[in-house]
Amino acid sequence: MSDAASQTGPVLSADGKPLKRSLQRALRAQKLRALALIAPLLIFILVTFIAPIADMLFRSVENQIVSDTLPRTTRALQDWDHKAGQPPSEDVFAAFTYDLVAAAERKEHTRLGTRLNYEMTGISSLFRKTGRRVDDFGETYMDQFTQVDPALERPETWMTLMAAPDWQADYAAWDAARVAANKAGRDFDQPAPLFRLKAGVAEVLPETADAYAEFARLAQTENADNPADEEPWPPVFLALYRDLIHVGPGAIGRLDDASQAILAPAHDAVETFETVDLVDLYLDADEDWQNPQVWATIQAFAPAYTPGYFLSSVDLKQTPDGVAAQPEDQRIYVMLFQRTLFMSLVIMGSCVLLGYPIAYLLSNLPMRTSNVLLILVLLPFWTSLLVRTSAWKVLLQQQGVINDVLVWMGIVADDARLVMINNQFGTIVAMTHILLPFMILPLYSVMKTIPPSYVRAAKSLGATNWTAFWRVYFPQSVPGIGAGCILVFILAIGYYITPELVGGTTGTFISNRIAYHISSSLNWGLAAALGTILLAVVLILYWLYDRIVGIDNVSLG
Amino acid sequence: MVFDRVQKSYDGETLVVKDLNLSIGRGEFLTMLGPSGSGKTTCLMMLAGFETATHGDILLDGQPINNIPPHKRGIGMVFQNYALFPHMTVAENLAFPLEVRKVGKSEREEKVNRALDMVQMGAFGGRRPAQLSGGQQQRIALARALVFEPELVLMDEPLGALDKQLREHMQFEITRLAHNLGITTVYVTHDQTEALTMSDRVAVFNDGRIQQLAPPDELYEQPQNSFVAQFIGENNTLMGTVKEITNGVALVELDDGEVIDAKPVNVSKPGDRTLVSIRPERVEINKDRLSPDAHLIHAEVLEFIYMGDIYRTRLRVAGNDEFVIKTRNAPDQRRLKPGEHIEIGWLPDDCRALDAR
Ligand SMILES: Nc1ncnc2c1ncn2[C@@H]1O[C@H](COP(=O)(O)OP(=O)(O)OP(=O)(O)O)[C@@H](O)[C@H]1O
Ligand SMILES: [Mg+2]
Repeated sequence: MSDAASQTGPVLSADGKPLKRSLQRALRAQKLRALALIAPLLIFILVTFIAPIADMLFRSVENQIVSDTLPRTTRALQDWDHKAGQPPSEDVFAAFTYDLVAAAERKEHTRLGTRLNYEMTGISSLFRKTGRRVDDFGETYMDQFTQVDPALERPETWMTLMAAPDWQADYAAWDAARVAANKAGRDFDQPAPLFRLKAGVAEVLPETADAYAEFARLAQTENADNPADEEPWPPVFLALYRDLIHVGPGAIGRLDDASQAILAPAHDAVETFETVDLVDLYLDADEDWQNPQVWATIQAFAPAYTPGYFLSSVDLKQTPDGVAAQPEDQRIYVMLFQRTLFMSLVIMGSCVLLGYPIAYLLSNLPMRTSNVLLILVLLPFWTSLLVRTSAWKVLLQQQGVINDVLVWMGIVADDARLVMINNQFGTIVAMTHILLPFMILPLYSVMKTIPPSYVRAAKSLGATNWTAFWRVYFPQSVPGIGAGCILVFILAIGYYITPELVGGTTGTFISNRIAYHISSSLNWGLAAALGTILLAVVLILYWLYDRIVGIDNVSLG
Repeated sequence: MVFDRVQKSYDGETLVVKDLNLSIGRGEFLTMLGPSGSGKTTCLMMLAGFETATHGDILLDGQPINNIPPHKRGIGMVFQNYALFPHMTVAENLAFPLEVRKVGKSEREEKVNRALDMVQMGAFGGRRPAQLSGGQQQRIALARALVFEPELVLMDEPLGALDKQLREHMQFEITRLAHNLGITTVYVTHDQTEALTMSDRVAVFNDGRIQQLAPPDELYEQPQNSFVAQFIGENNTLMGTVKEITNGVALVELDDGEVIDAKPVNVSKPGDRTLVSIRPERVEINKDRLSPDAHLIHAEVLEFIYMGDIYRTRLRVAGNDEFVIKTRNAPDQRRLKPGEHIEIGWLPDDCRALDAR
């Protein structure tokens, strides 16, 4: 028995340190060097591959736009029960008004409309129409308030009511610095201090303070204006009315003297104000605001993350009442996934059938001949994909070369020309042609490594040509078939251009739909969900392949 | 089995096999011996049917076999690179020829086991060829070629990768099997000892031709030309010119003027240039053992090597520094000293005057 084996405890190296630690130290330098060598590629892949995929995965569940754009509405809708079949209360409409006017100012209400339109058609136009009018909602109150006290129309009055004195001081200092810099001809790029509310006002006039603060900040961020110069928009007066009607005189008394002086007459007058029904204003803009379904949709998609895109990808949808199937005529994705898988398998199969004999021939020819023929195999790689696909169009169309020849030979009648393009057949033919080299090359390189002596040995042992091929040659070429199949299948499943050009309606793939959502309907979330599912399907198939065939049985030569 | 004026060319420019005439008797063990690239494998491939002869006929039992496909020839073959099927286990490899002959399962298993035992590989049936050493692979290849009991077995250097002991064991096994089973064997090797010890007859190949076809002893003792003489065994050569030929003894004048006796083999008339060949062990340093009228020749001892059973002495003879003699380590044997001048001679029969190539 050796010393090392008879020792108990850790094995020590020559300098008395544990061998494991010495080994680790020795390997660390090596590992660092290896890391340095792959670092550029790693960064490249992270930036161009991993990050986009992560972004895609994120997009497929991300849904912050609703709660970001309509924060007050989603909060107000929390206790609303859509099952009652009634539109929500006026409080919700008021909250929605403050949200919508801010969104319209930021020009985000159309984006939100588009987003919600995926879930319920019509919402997009609802938002667009109403967004144009919403900054007038509350005008009636504004007029009545200015009748009571014309000062309420003036920006300074609102500054007194709302702005924190220290903010005003900060702002004045900032403004002075800006003017001084301009005079000196210096660049000045400090941001203006963002509007701050006076202490206490939010407790007494919650809606007004909120609406005014939103207004003031938007004036700063969107238009770079000084809130002190701007007359607030009508919804602020709506808020003021709603606040004053609710609070008692005691509450007003908690404000500072200047504010009390301004608000006391208004508070006394609100009781006598002519009122307008806010809901009616909305119905005036669009009848659909009455539809509880609209509000239910907003409520259902309020959470920041949603399974909605994934549900859509498998022909389900998220409704306020839970998950439901899409209407019959809108179910396309499951069918498209099935078709994509089926056609990819057919293309893979025809590539094996066509490619195997060619690869066999190539690998058994003398080097010089096989090199020439290999160039022919590679030739399609050097031609543009579009050109090749278009060539198939020319060949396969009804007035195309193949039909002409068939008619000329009398095999098909002139009025019964075969439809071979803009359907599945066309896609399969063109894609088989395009992907064939990806099958032939791995097959060829594997077959090249099978020495002819195996088949010879089999024959000398009494096997016929067929037996020798089937029992001895073929099993050794299986790794090549595996590699080719994986390549072709995975390329086929995500193929886009060819099905787009020759697929018509029955021969398109899921990728065409993804492209449509990316570039035409701009529903990136759904495109991301579809892409994620496609990725998952490929990974699952790859895993299955590994389980059944074994990935170490795949060889590129 | 007859090769009748067979020629073979791969590229249409050079002949790899030039005019091969060879007949092999039933049950015979024939070895093809020759330097690398001399066309041995090519001959085997033509026999097995994987290459067609460019010209000439190959006859089996008097029938030309040019048109019989390889799998119908019933020839067992051991390939130079073994050609064991990598995707089958050892046992499956051995069962393969039986399976394609539709041998029943139980009989198949029995034969496979017997063949495995024959090459002492009984425990390795379940392994893949890649898990075997080179020598083990060779033994399996041998077993596979024999398992279906062919009448003719072709072996292309089947023992090349074995160590000396196993090699000798296998040499013995192969000859025993071949003789017991009455198999005709064509055996290819580089190794002349192997060729000499195993074969009934040896065909020495060079340059696409058979240089000599003879039983081992004849080949060693009576080489027909200078290639065979130099290729087989150790050999001393001296260049000279034939002076006269009388009573089957040629008088050869070496280039430095000395005259020796030799047996004319490849020379016909006085004036021919010749290469004289003498085996080291046939050179005599003891004058008493030679006839009184034998021609003696002067030699200077350059080096003496003690090799246990023999002494090996290097001499300078007729300007040749590489002249070697071997003497048996016997009590009465003299140990020569470097620098010593002696006279050497030989029986005329042991000194062969060959072509001067
Ligand atoms: N398939 C082939 N195509 C062209 N030339 C070949 C081919 N096979 C062999 N040759 C040539 O034929 C000659 C004889 O080859 P062969 O394999 O018969 O030699 P060998 O005597 O078996 O040599 P070794 O002892 O090295 O195995 C060589 O010069 C070789 O280069
Ligand atoms: Mg060879």
